[in-house]
Amino acid sequence: MPAAIAGSLRGFVRFFRDVMGEDAYRKYQAHHAASGCAGEPLTEREFWKEKMDRQDRNPGGRCC
Amino acid sequence: MSENRRHRKGPAGHDPVDTGPGVLIQDPDLPPVALDDADAEAEDRRWTPAKIVLWVGIALLGGISWTMLAIVRGETVNAIWFVFAAVCTYFIGYRFYSKFIERHLLKPNDRRATPAEYKADGKDYAATDRRVLYGHHFAAIAGAGPLVGPVLAAQMGYLPGTVWIIVGVILAGAVQDYLVMFFSMRRGGRSLGQMAREELGLIGGTAALIATLTIMIIIVAILALVVVNALGESPWGVFSVAMTIPIALFMGVYLRFLRPGKVTEVSIIGFVLLMLAIVGGGWIADTEWGVALFSLDRVTIAWGIIIYGFIAAVLPVWLLLAPRDYLSTFMKVGTIVMLAVAIIIVRPEISVPAFSEFASRSDGPVVAGPLFPFLFVTIACGALSGFHALISSGTTPKMIEKERQTRFIGYGGMLMESFVAIMALVAALSIDRGIYFAMNSSAAATGGTVEGAVAFVNSLGLAGVSLTPDMLTSLAAGVGEESVVSRTGGAPTLAVGLAMIMQSFIGGPAMMAFWYHFAIMFEALFILTAVDAGTRVARFMLQDSIGNFVPKFRDTSWRTGAWICTAVMVAGWGSILIMGVTDPLGGINTLFPLFGIANQLLAAIALAICLAILAKKNLFKYIWVVVLPLGFASVVTITASMYKIFSPVPGVGYWAQHNAFRNALEAGETSFGTAKTVEAMEAVVRNTFVQGILSILFVTLAIIVIITAVIASVRSYRSGGAPSAEDPAVPSRIFAPSGFFGTPLEKEIEAQWKALPQDKKPAAKTAGAGH
Repeated sequence: MPAAIAGSLRGFVRFFRDVMGEDAYRKYQAHHAASGCAGEPLTEREFWKEKMDRQDRNPGGRCC
Repeated sequence: MSENRRHRKGPAGHDPVDTGPGVLIQDPDLPPVALDDADAEAEDRRWTPAKIVLWVGIALLGGISWTMLAIVRGETVNAIWFVFAAVCTYFIGYRFYSKFIERHLLKPNDRRATPAEYKADGKDYAATDRRVLYGHHFAAIAGAGPLVGPVLAAQMGYLPGTVWIIVGVILAGAVQDYLVMFFSMRRGGRSLGQMAREELGLIGGTAALIATLTIMIIIVAILALVVVNALGESPWGVFSVAMTIPIALFMGVYLRFLRPGKVTEVSIIGFVLLMLAIVGGGWIADTEWGVALFSLDRVTIAWGIIIYGFIAAVLPVWLLLAPRDYLSTFMKVGTIVMLAVAIIIVRPEISVPAFSEFASRSDGPVVAGPLFPFLFVTIACGALSGFHALISSGTTPKMIEKERQTRFIGYGGMLMESFVAIMALVAALSIDRGIYFAMNSSAAATGGTVEGAVAFVNSLGLAGVSLTPDMLTSLAAGVGEESVVSRTGGAPTLAVGLAMIMQSFIGGPAMMAFWYHFAIMFEALFILTAVDAGTRVARFMLQDSIGNFVPKFRDTSWRTGAWICTAVMVAGWGSILIMGVTDPLGGINTLFPLFGIANQLLAAIALAICLAILAKKNLFKYIWVVVLPLGFASVVTITASMYKIFSPVPGVGYWAQHNAFRNALEAGETSFGTAKTVEAMEAVVRNTFVQGILSILFVTLAIIVIITAVIASVRSYRSGGAPSAEDPAVPSRIFAPSGFFGTPLEKEIEAQWKALPQDKKPAAKTAGAGH
């Protein structure tokens, strides 16, 4: 039983982290692996740097 | 916003089969990518005894709650009935009405790939687990709006606001979000502006663009005004909100250089620092130097926000905006859950009448004007918010995994925002009515003093209200503020309500001041993030528009152009902000209707675009689903605008006020009404002129958009529909359930996909799935 609780707690933590936006790099990696691109994927650091810089060029709105 | 590059056409090694919408052929080597239509229909229509009991239970509880609110009405009513009435109605609306819209109007097809699949780039276009995306979407649409409007509308009693928030979201707000999201998804994630241009032609599209731009300016200005009013003469608030800037900068550096991608970790660190800033603010507000340093008058704070807005909008995103955004999401999700738990546990008794004296009058001190239409513009966010159409188009649709998930994310996401509005209303209603009016009447009415406020509120002749000076001073001491008189704008009232509820949940009276400033802080945090992001988006829109004439402006990396356009946008909202802060008539009380009108005009524009799209599809039989909210929003906003433009009552009509003060000036008077000097009178003349012009501009643009949409729809009606602007259908190669929980049939298909050998699995299966 405690294992089940720990499991669902882990699931919740992961869910919360994803809602905060941490799923971005995982999604990118999955995409990179699946798309069969020849080059190496961006490292985590490069990915986040690029993601932020992309937001500079394409701002998203926030609501009132 | 304008990015629409096509990176790749489909999953690896498989060129999408180009088929019409009807003949999407599925890869025979894969498990089903969609539920069989007949199976799905049967699953929906099969009423097992357990299901019947559940829905009868929900309906009964909802019915009892509404009866308690609307009919029984004892001396007091318990807040829990608001929660039950709202939640049960949402469930019923979601299960039956949104399903009706899905079945008859939108007809999503899970055999079709979504943009996240056929345009997948792993970044903007990336299929995201539906529950995670629900969180992303909710965090993007919910802000300070649903927290402020219901507070101001509480002046009319609890019932009008409650009915509008709950019924409005079911029939209008959630419908708009759902439709816009679906149509944008079918168009590769196009933005609202692009869809307007496509569906309404040059005139309608241009009017929609100008309307969006001006509406953004006014919304940013009024949100900023809410913050200024909350922080004015409050050293504690000024210190703790100012500290969010270094905290965000630290988080930005941490994420960029120390631990990239550790968003939750840095948000927790930021949150702890934020709590320290609130506690520290309390200490500083107790010291003499702290009071001297951080007691700023409203004009100074307004200038501070203007300068901040400019700098924040030209700094790189990673340094300030992104970390602020993470912090704001963290606070948003956390606080809302906490507030819901607190309301359910504390269950405050509410003694506000169902309909107050001001429900049938038009001289309410908080927001002037009769219930119709002003209730419906005062509460915009939470019931119907046009701003959501900007988020529901563009950002979220690029991440949707399967078409049928739009109902859960679009319609369901808005229901959650409506629930936030209900909780804000409950918090505002739980305050003593005398205190409520003392806090929300403008300084022009109360004189800004305790004695003045007591005299004014008691002179209103409200049933059951007898305000004493002691009530106001002890509340001010309790929340750690100099004074609570005329703290207009909604945020301080909500903070008091929230502090009262939270202190009886955690901490007791000693924690009251902490909770008050906690609430002020998170509202300020949402708003400053919205100010920053809004300025950026508006700047890009302006650059794009100017780019039509001076092509160099299109280049968004051109520093000079970016700075010029940012300055123009900041000057736009900044001047309205200063105008509101210095307004002798009370600022927010006169400006807030303009905020609601602007937001709902945007909703009318979004719904008009949906109307034109549905007409093209020749779906006239069920088009009332969009005609109903469109008609209502149009009537409300146009009527409200007409009141603001033509009403002869100076308290309601901008031009009536304008002329009254101008005539007084011409007659050589040196004081008139609440304006005690000639300069103040001139300020009123100037302010009402600007407000009057804005009212005229908004209503004219909205009418143009609505007329062009109606013309386009009539044309479609005559020709029996027209080719749609949807992207061509591409067969999907992934599967995911549509709602929060998968149905038994969906789980069966999921199991088949899981059993698929790794090498046979197709491309873009989400990384986020499978919790």
